[in-house]
Amino acid sequence: MAAFLDLGWLVVLLPMLLAVVVALFGRVLGRFTPAVAILAPLWVLAYGVLSLVEGLHDAPRSGSVEWLTVGAADSLTVGWAVDGLTAVMLVVVGLVAALVVLFSVGYMHGENGLPRYFASLCLFTAAMSMLVVADGLVGLFIGWELVGACSYLLIGFWFTRPAAAKAAVKAFLTTRVGDVGLLLALALLWREVGDLSYAGLFAAAPSLAPATVTGASLLLLVGAIGKSAQFPLQIWLPDAMEGPTPVSALIHAATMVAAGVFLIARTWPLFSLSPDALAMTLAVGGLTAIGAAAAALVQTDIKKVLAYSTISQLGFMFAALGVGAWGAAVFHLVTHAAFKALLFLGSGSVIHGSGTQELEEMGGLFRKMPVTGVTWLIGAGALAGLPPLAGFFSKDEILHDVALAEPVWAILLFGASLMTAFYVARTTRLAFFDAYRGDGHPHEGGWSMRLPLIALATLAAAVGFAGAWLAETIGAHHGSLDLRVAAASTLLAVLGLLAGWKVAGAGHPGLKQPRLAALADLMRQGWGADRLVERVLLAPVASASQFLYRFVDRQAVDGIAEGTAPFARRVGRAFSSLQSGDAQWYATMLGAGAVALLAVVSYIGRGL
Amino acid sequence: MSLLVITVGLFSLGLYGVLTRRDLVAILASIEVMLGAATLLLVGLAAAGTPMGTHEGAVEATGVMVIVLAAAEAAIGLALVISVARRFKTTRVDELAEVKG
Repeated sequence: MAAFLDLGWLVVLLPMLLAVVVALFGRVLGRFTPAVAILAPLWVLAYGVLSLVEGLHDAPRSGSVEWLTVGAADSLTVGWAVDGLTAVMLVVVGLVAALVVLFSVGYMHGENGLPRYFASLCLFTAAMSMLVVADGLVGLFIGWELVGACSYLLIGFWFTRPAAAKAAVKAFLTTRVGDVGLLLALALLWREVGDLSYAGLFAAAPSLAPATVTGASLLLLVGAIGKSAQFPLQIWLPDAMEGPTPVSALIHAATMVAAGVFLIARTWPLFSLSPDALAMTLAVGGLTAIGAAAAALVQTDIKKVLAYSTISQLGFMFAALGVGAWGAAVFHLVTHAAFKALLFLGSGSVIHGSGTQELEEMGGLFRKMPVTGVTWLIGAGALAGLPPLAGFFSKDEILHDVALAEPVWAILLFGASLMTAFYVARTTRLAFFDAYRGDGHPHEGGWSMRLPLIALATLAAAVGFAGAWLAETIGAHHGSLDLRVAAASTLLAVLGLLAGWKVAGAGHPGLKQPRLAALADLMRQGWGADRLVERVLLAPVASASQFLYRFVDRQAVDGIAEGTAPFARRVGRAFSSLQSGDAQWYATMLGAGAVALLAVVSYIGRGL
Repeated sequence: MSLLVITVGLFSLGLYGVLTRRDLVAILASIEVMLGAATLLLVGLAAAGTPMGTHEGAVEATGVMVIVLAAAEAAIGLALVISVARRFKTTRVDELAEVKG
């Protein structure tokens, strides 16, 4: 087993190989394609589980190769290293990815381009593993970019739909803004430290200038904000819901969007040295948590609710990181991966069964889809923070840690969790209870869709009890359960649930007031962030481009290029009158030329 | 100095004739004037002894050669003119425009 664990690179290379196999031979494999594809996440899962079983305390396994030699002395290495945090992340990635592949068998049945789909999932698994097992920022960055590319590919899976193609580009470009920050962080650390492996960085971190540490940490934060869809780069995630729902569960709920949290947790020894960066992280997380929760209150699309919910929950994790509770952040990352993947797959089951994403066209699905209904309730309870489900423990730890450090922000987060319970209850009632409002025949999916739901529901119910073990594994501090915080958050959750339940049944009486309705509209569009981006960023760029196109390109560049032929023709015509065929005229020109030449030569040579 | 002025003036006169006359015979005569100007310059320079250096005899020989060449040129040229005149019944160059492009 130890020998198996020493092959750390394979955790990346084998899924990558499988991606190639699935992409090339998908047509030959036919309906066995998913069976091959699922080997990739299972391999990652097996590696993660075995790493955890082996115990990681003695010596973390690692290996590295020299990649580039820079200058005379510095060399860039890429390598892998497995410690507790890595192993936990591998388990999360492998498990969710495996269940998503399984779920996709039913959900994507009969779609075109399935080899492409499953190959992208394999590639994503490989990229996410690379991001996680890398022993330094270089490897992480490669994985970071690859998961972004896979996200692009999978959001745009139905690329013939203009909305999906647009959403894919938007997600890619928006996260790219954050990626630039990460790249700059790498450049800065390379200049100051000359070593991008975690071990080297953390050894050098205490002796760095405070300004360098703060600068690097803030740049890392920018990268994390982009990947984790935090304010102000949150705009891409709601649009990313154009992708297939299992993809949303895997990439845009459980794993890739959590990479930002992972990045900060991973670089914690560096990050924690900068109080400014921590304060910034707290502010970003707190604002995102409450802003996105508010936006989720009024969504009409079941996936959009979950998208804003994800942004909001990631905000909770960032807030935890901001007060130094990185263990709580990772704990919430793990529980969130379980219950949010569950909710997304549940919504996928609902969409598959009822044929719509609009909450208005659902209702009463609990009776028609009992497995989905029950598992959804477990996920919803976990998200709302009801004890003893998973979300309760992890959110509680965050609230507790933030309350101790920054009471003002804690109040904001309490407000956000109240809203969370509200939108959870509203969505649940609109989708699953009361009378069915649609005109289809909702039905439960096959076993391949029910099995992942049941597995994730079990996890969402149970994984909350693993907090102490998890903290010990990743080497973080684990706060004991604070009864006052627990009581307060449970009370808020119940209050929010009741209010949301009631409002969902009453059909928005308050929204008849025009001002409230306008506010709800604004919130539904994610606080108008898209419009703001359009006005502030896109419109100036578009008009500048128009200017460049009309004047510089069309007139100057094209004018010169297209003008050469008419110019030559005109010049030729002008000079053709000189060629009269009159030899005496030629001789006259010859003579005039000779005289002119003589004049010039004698003028230039006059001093000689 | 006056030698240069006279020869350049004579040469320019000849050139003017070549360029403006429309009659082949007149053009040939003008060419003779130009050749005369060149010969005069050569002989004049040889007489002045400068700046050709020591081989004055070579300069005079060149002058003689130019005269001989001028005679040959005049003979061939006039023969051509006669031939043209027989064929086209004119010796005016502006009417002899057969090969005009």
